[in-house]
Amino acid sequence: MRTITAQAITEAVAKLAIDANYYLSEDVYNALVEGQEKEESPLGKNIIDQILQNACIARDEAKPMCQDTGLAVVFVELGQDAHIEGGTLEEAINAGVAKGYIEGYLRKSAVAEPLFNRKNTGDNTPAIVHIQSVAGDQIKILLAPKGAGSENKSGLKMLVPADGVAGVKKFVLDTIINAGSNPCPPIVVGVGIGGTMEKAAYLAKKALIRPLTERNAHPEYAKLEADLLELINKTGIGPQGLGGCTTALAVNIEWFPTHIASLPVAVNINCHATRHAEVTL
Amino acid sequence: MAQQKQITAPLTDEAVKSLKAGDSVLITGVIYAARDAAHQRMIEALDRGEELPVDLTGQVIYYVGPSPAKPGEPIGSAGPTTAGRCDAYTPRLLDKGLKGMIGKGYRSDAVVDSMKKNGVVYFVTVGGAAALISRTIKAYDVVAYGDLGPEALARMEVVDFPAIVAIDCEGRNYYEEGQKPYRKL
Repeated sequence: MRTITAQAITEAVAKLAIDANYYLSEDVYNALVEGQEKEESPLGKNIIDQILQNACIARDEAKPMCQDTGLAVVFVELGQDAHIEGGTLEEAINAGVAKGYIEGYLRKSAVAEPLFNRKNTGDNTPAIVHIQSVAGDQIKILLAPKGAGSENKSGLKMLVPADGVAGVKKFVLDTIINAGSNPCPPIVVGVGIGGTMEKAAYLAKKALIRPLTERNAHPEYAKLEADLLELINKTGIGPQGLGGCTTALAVNIEWFPTHIASLPVAVNINCHATRHAEVTL
Repeated sequence: MAQQKQITAPLTDEAVKSLKAGDSVLITGVIYAARDAAHQRMIEALDRGEELPVDLTGQVIYYVGPSPAKPGEPIGSAGPTTAGRCDAYTPRLLDKGLKGMIGKGYRSDAVVDSMKKNGVVYFVTVGGAAALISRTIKAYDVVAYGDLGPEALARMEVVDFPAIVAIDCEGRNYYEEGQKPYRKL
């Protein structure tokens, strides 16, 4: 058993919130550079250039790349031999989110209740926390700020087995075409296939945090990722929806066993920054 | 990329007419920040028969909810938010003289019809280029609805603010025109 203090978790999460919002990750930066090289539209090339310049300004001036610094989505891999002292894991994470969003001059975009009152919580809590139990005595924390422009255009559909690969392709493509310019293309597309309704949605979110250079280990899903990327880049939507061949930088699929009668498919869209930062304690 | 046109805000009718879908522009002058929550307040004021906090004649509204300013800076990061969330409120503001809007994303048919009727231009700026855009914003002062925090109605002074004409006052739509040559499905 190894002891990790709640305070250490809070400090780590605060830093992740700031880092994820200020610094574009290398895999995303490289994918944007590659997208700019391939882009045929002069305006599209110029837009990606502005996005790359923006990443450099945000880094150099230590400020958020985007004013929508999102809800904080936190994935935790909790080693079962780790013991947290001085508070619960979720309390420590939320304290870190509040600290990071306040001290990092990040926008507070959380409302306490969604329908009737919608009052801002003032510190961007609560975070959306997913905890997975793993072997070992470490805690790995990944924080992915999620803005509404892309989140609002995501979708989920309960297909039936007969819909097959063609049905999955059609649903993904329809979702992207419907999203159009709103999720700030070039986008990253996370697809969750299988499980139950909520499992598919979780998988789609999880797919977004996989490095853009990594393909699904299963060859048929890896091919489906490539096929979907090609299809999406033929929609013409392009950078910011103003036309071009760089609509998506990557399609990442995660899958899970499912019911004999089900084929759930979730599509979670991320903007061109695909913000995330991680740490292991 | 074609040459960027320099334009001044507030906008004259002649300036609006000169702008065509696809034009790249640099805006200098005064614009106002407002998102859907501030729009709702303005519509409620009109419903009560009250004057708006700002005379919208010739003005430009930028759909933005900036991140907090660091000490010594006028504003934090300040990129566009989704314009479509303001669609339900927009035609009434255009009838009150609003001449330009800056945001990101598609607009409804009702908004485009009202733009044609009132001679209005819709600009987009690059979503997620918020640190780059904020460099062009020299002043940010809340004029109403301060309780909305980053969603307040605010007056902004801008110099060479970069934007693209997405829909012009004749209803030409650069989202449609720009995408068409690259659609290969």
